[in-house]
Amino acid sequence: MVTDVRVSFLGHEMKNPVVPASGTFGFGWEFAEYYDINVLGSMSLKGTTAEARYGNPLPRIAECTAGLINAIGLQNPGVRVVIDEEIPRLDRVYEDKVIANVGGHSVEEYVSTVAAFNDCDKVFAVELNISCPNVKGGGMAFGTDAETAKNLVYEVKKHAKKPLIVKLSPNVTSIADMARAVCDGGADAVSLINTLVGMRIDLRMRRPIISVRTGGFSGPAVFPVAVRMVSDVARAVDVPVMGIGGVSSARDVIEMMMAGASAVQVGAANLVDPFACKRIVETLPEVMSELGIKSLREIVGVANAV
Amino acid sequence: MKHEILKVLGLRALNGGVYELSLSGASKMRAGQFVELAVPGFFLRRPISVADLEDGVLTLLVKEVGEGTKKLRESVKGESVDALTCLGNGFDLSSSSPLLVGGGIGCAPLFKLAKEFAAKGIRPRAVLGFRNAEEAYYLDEFARYCDVTVATDDGSLGIKGNAVSAARDIPHDRFYACGPAVMLRAARVLGEGQISLEARMGCGFGACMGCSIKTTSGYARVCKEGPVFEAAEVIW
Repeated sequence: MVTDVRVSFLGHEMKNPVVPASGTFGFGWEFAEYYDINVLGSMSLKGTTAEARYGNPLPRIAECTAGLINAIGLQNPGVRVVIDEEIPRLDRVYEDKVIANVGGHSVEEYVSTVAAFNDCDKVFAVELNISCPNVKGGGMAFGTDAETAKNLVYEVKKHAKKPLIVKLSPNVTSIADMARAVCDGGADAVSLINTLVGMRIDLRMRRPIISVRTGGFSGPAVFPVAVRMVSDVARAVDVPVMGIGGVSSARDVIEMMMAGASAVQVGAANLVDPFACKRIVETLPEVMSELGIKSLREIVGVANAV
Repeated sequence: MKHEILKVLGLRALNGGVYELSLSGASKMRAGQFVELAVPGFFLRRPISVADLEDGVLTLLVKEVGEGTKKLRESVKGESVDALTCLGNGFDLSSSSPLLVGGGIGCAPLFKLAKEFAAKGIRPRAVLGFRNAEEAYYLDEFARYCDVTVATDDGSLGIKGNAVSAARDIPHDRFYACGPAVMLRAARVLGEGQISLEARMGCGFGACMGCSIKTTSGYARVCKEGPVFEAAEVIW
């Protein structure tokens, strides 16, 4: 069976829906050493802030059943270095356009960092991270109150030339309400889910494993939660949805798309299998044939009719 | 980094909860580099330093510290192990009078380093520190390639005290240390040298920033720019 894995997101044509998630793929270029990363549909770059950030003290990682907790704390070299050094390096090894991911601690920081990407040709959209659980006084604080989120998106949108994908937190009572709020603020698309706030304890030391006590839980364990939330959001808003959360196989990609995602990000799977995205892209046609899917575009949200 | 399927050749119990795991099928690696082994039933891989790699046999010295390393201990001969290999940077071999300083399971990567110096015709001096005599392992193996001094916290074997204080009077032009953070931090009194760090890692190949430390030349990932750093460069 001839299968068509192409999708489009915000008018941007992608050769397939597979996108490495922010924070699990660096700035992309380092993976070119391992395989031809041009097989990827796009990629969401490491979360970027106005200035360089070290992030949280170690340990930043705690293992869980079928997943992990991370508390990196948005370590990044700052937006100038990202635009002047990281993206040009990526451009030499990856032909398609990518998604910049922006974090922040204040409305002003979000606005200035997003605006910094206005003239960056390599970037087709900016993903606004209002859901990072690992930074104090920012991040998720913007993404767990509907009014705050809406106002932030509204302010950012005034200065942004690129389409805005707002990345939603699952740590809320109703993610559909949050999606409606950011769409009211002017979001062009939404992506979800970011990590779930979690915690592990070192039993010998009798204290949290993560230096800052809690972190973001992700991995295959959260996949069913993510599918449910993608479906909730796809039913609630009309903007395109990028599905994220525990995706590790071509079947997971298809499930996310049936829940309403037009494209899918792969996160934690990259950390245990650096070839995860490549493997998923390569197995998509086979799984589509098995399921009688001719084109991925035709399955987006099909499960939401019920 | 390479993705390789290794085969278990054997497993041998040593002292102090340490076991020696022998595997075939690994690419060439340098002393100080590490592998990441997938352990059935566990999400993250386990980063383990290369203790030896000769004639196609990769030797790992593993300390049972948690559920993952306990499960790995159940590996049986002939079993396949999914591994990422050739990770990290490795030690330099610029010294002509090297002093190896190991603490506990931190002695592991120094064994391959000792053999690499020996291959250059240099016999290093080594100070191996353990909690007590019962936890000392690989002493005969080290003695083949190094002049070994043993230090134990309780004085039950060798010099009483920690490895760094036992190393202070031993002549050398450069030191190479691996062990607990408190030991590596103290090792700077030994002058110029390299230290190999340990960290809880997410990926092990530079993607997640889970193991970043501060150095005098900026942020560095233990898994990618390390695990071996110039001792003077690490900001504790």
